[in-house]
Amino acid sequence: MSEPQGATSLADQRPPQGTQKAGDGARRAPSPAGPRPGRRKADWRKRLEITVLSGPAIVVFVGFVIFPVILAGYYGFFRWKGYGPATDFVGLGNYLIIFTDSAFHEVLAHNGIILVLSLVIQGPIAIILALLLNQKIRGRSVIRVLIFVPYIISEVIVGIGWGLMLQTSGAVNDLLQSVGLGALRADWLSDPNIAIWSLMIIISWKYIGFAVILFLAGLQSIPDELFEAAAIDGASYWQIQRSITLPLLGPTLRIWAFLSIIGSLQLFDLVFIIWGQYVASTAGTSTMATYMVANGRTSGNFGYGSAVAVVMFLISLVIALTYQRFVLRRDTAGALTERRK
Amino acid sequence: MSVMTTETTPLDMTPREARRTRGREPWGSPATYFIAFLFIALCLGPVLYIVIGGFRDNSQITSSPAGFPTPWRFDNYLDVLTSSIFWQQIGNSTIVGVTTTIGVVVLGVMVSFVLARYHFHGRAAMYSLFAAGLMFPMTVAITPLYILVKDLGLMNSLAGVILPQIGFGLPVTVIILVPFLKAIPDEIEEAASIDGASRLGFFFRMVVPLSLPGVVTTGILAFVASWNSYLLPLFILSDQTMYTLPLGVQAFASQYSVDTAKVLAFTSLSMIPALIFFTLFERRIVGGLTGAVKG
Repeated sequence: MSEPQGATSLADQRPPQGTQKAGDGARRAPSPAGPRPGRRKADWRKRLEITVLSGPAIVVFVGFVIFPVILAGYYGFFRWKGYGPATDFVGLGNYLIIFTDSAFHEVLAHNGIILVLSLVIQGPIAIILALLLNQKIRGRSVIRVLIFVPYIISEVIVGIGWGLMLQTSGAVNDLLQSVGLGALRADWLSDPNIAIWSLMIIISWKYIGFAVILFLAGLQSIPDELFEAAAIDGASYWQIQRSITLPLLGPTLRIWAFLSIIGSLQLFDLVFIIWGQYVASTAGTSTMATYMVANGRTSGNFGYGSAVAVVMFLISLVIALTYQRFVLRRDTAGALTERRK
Repeated sequence: MSVMTTETTPLDMTPREARRTRGREPWGSPATYFIAFLFIALCLGPVLYIVIGGFRDNSQITSSPAGFPTPWRFDNYLDVLTSSIFWQQIGNSTIVGVTTTIGVVVLGVMVSFVLARYHFHGRAAMYSLFAAGLMFPMTVAITPLYILVKDLGLMNSLAGVILPQIGFGLPVTVIILVPFLKAIPDEIEEAASIDGASRLGFFFRMVVPLSLPGVVTTGILAFVASWNSYLLPLFILSDQTMYTLPLGVQAFASQYSVDTAKVLAFTSLSMIPALIFFTLFERRIVGGLTGAVKG
């Protein structure tokens, strides 16, 4: 966690050996005369440029992203109401409460269900739709735009709209009744056995367009020659999809799954808007994030809220790192462990 | 990253040009269109429910929740359009969105330039720091962020929303822009330096124009994220006149919870700016998302 400070100082002060090496190459060619004072001047100039150009971004990023996360770690050890300095040190007390609170266990289970169902529901449907829409047919771009609309609309609007539609006396039940499926009418939002499925319907509706668009982009990066070659060899459509398309779509699928997993663990807006802060737990849709807000800010226990944030962060981090280590290794080898030459 | 650069060329063409170069595409099979139509109907149904519902009145909605307006009523929409709070909140959202976008883009281009074209110790660490930022969603940091903003005296001010949003927008920007800036050939930089341009001169004269497609993409992503963001404004803004649109919609929905028709009108009007923005920049947004994933 001391990394941020380290990086800032690295950028500001460390250059000596590194710059000399880079400076050597750059400067030998143009001017052979007077290397010493010139080089030092160039070094300073370069250091100044690096500081000026990267300084503001690092300050804002470290100040508003990294620092709060560290702060959460600190406040997590206190019983603190958010006013004045935190003095009531409780050690791991908050964490003990979290791990023994049955409400938190439920929340964990909900997040787990949402995570798995998101992958299982959205993945296959999105792949089929992407394969279908990957043909070069007329109207393709219009279709692409329209299926992306739910993703663009904000969670608040989605939540309010679906919330109204799924009310007991709402449009969905009315529609079921009028097409003769009145037996399927249900308390979509308040019945604890159904609510989580309603949530999954809304989540799938909102995010599946994103998956389709990603997969389409992945499909379009597969060279046409492969399909032509396979077709010449007499492969059928489904054989081509199974042995060429799906394997080559692998990296895109794995990235999508990663984004979906992280999103599922952080889910907040939709649940908070539709079920509110208190009803969510009785309807069985509460998530770690709504638990954090309800038991942290809403009840004024900022120390406890911070501890929940830390637990959430660690769970996400462990899952993300495990996923990257075992699944994404090949795909992002360049992105996260970037090293030049 | 090559995907990104190859994809930006067709994006620059107008649709008509693209169509002309590609030639007319054939019609697909009816089954394809049928499935696509079903899926689109599912995607747009709830949106249409909101928009059309705004044209009904409450007795219509109560007697037949899924019906069409009979007759069409325009007073819900007129009420919302003539209320000052709606425009106030659109204004707030615009200020926050534009400022966030400018901040993310300016700071992002500067730091990406350093990461892409300077060699120094700790560069890899700096890049990893920003890349790791992708794993710090705002949800996790929100409680301490709230405390931090409070300590800075920025509670209930738009700046208290803007600054953290810039911070959280930077990782994606850096991840997209660094490969973009790296792709600028060294020869251009050498030519510029032979012509007497300094590193910074090169930055302003060559890098900024050349990286424009990537910059536009990151800018759009930052704007959309800001326009739709809910959690941070929920914590920071406490006064209705400071609310951004998502908060405003929710406040309106709970305030007028009995007046469903008006809520639907307010909701559908607040959807329009995002939809217009999306239709204008659809190619960029889709291209940017795929670029972000490929990057």
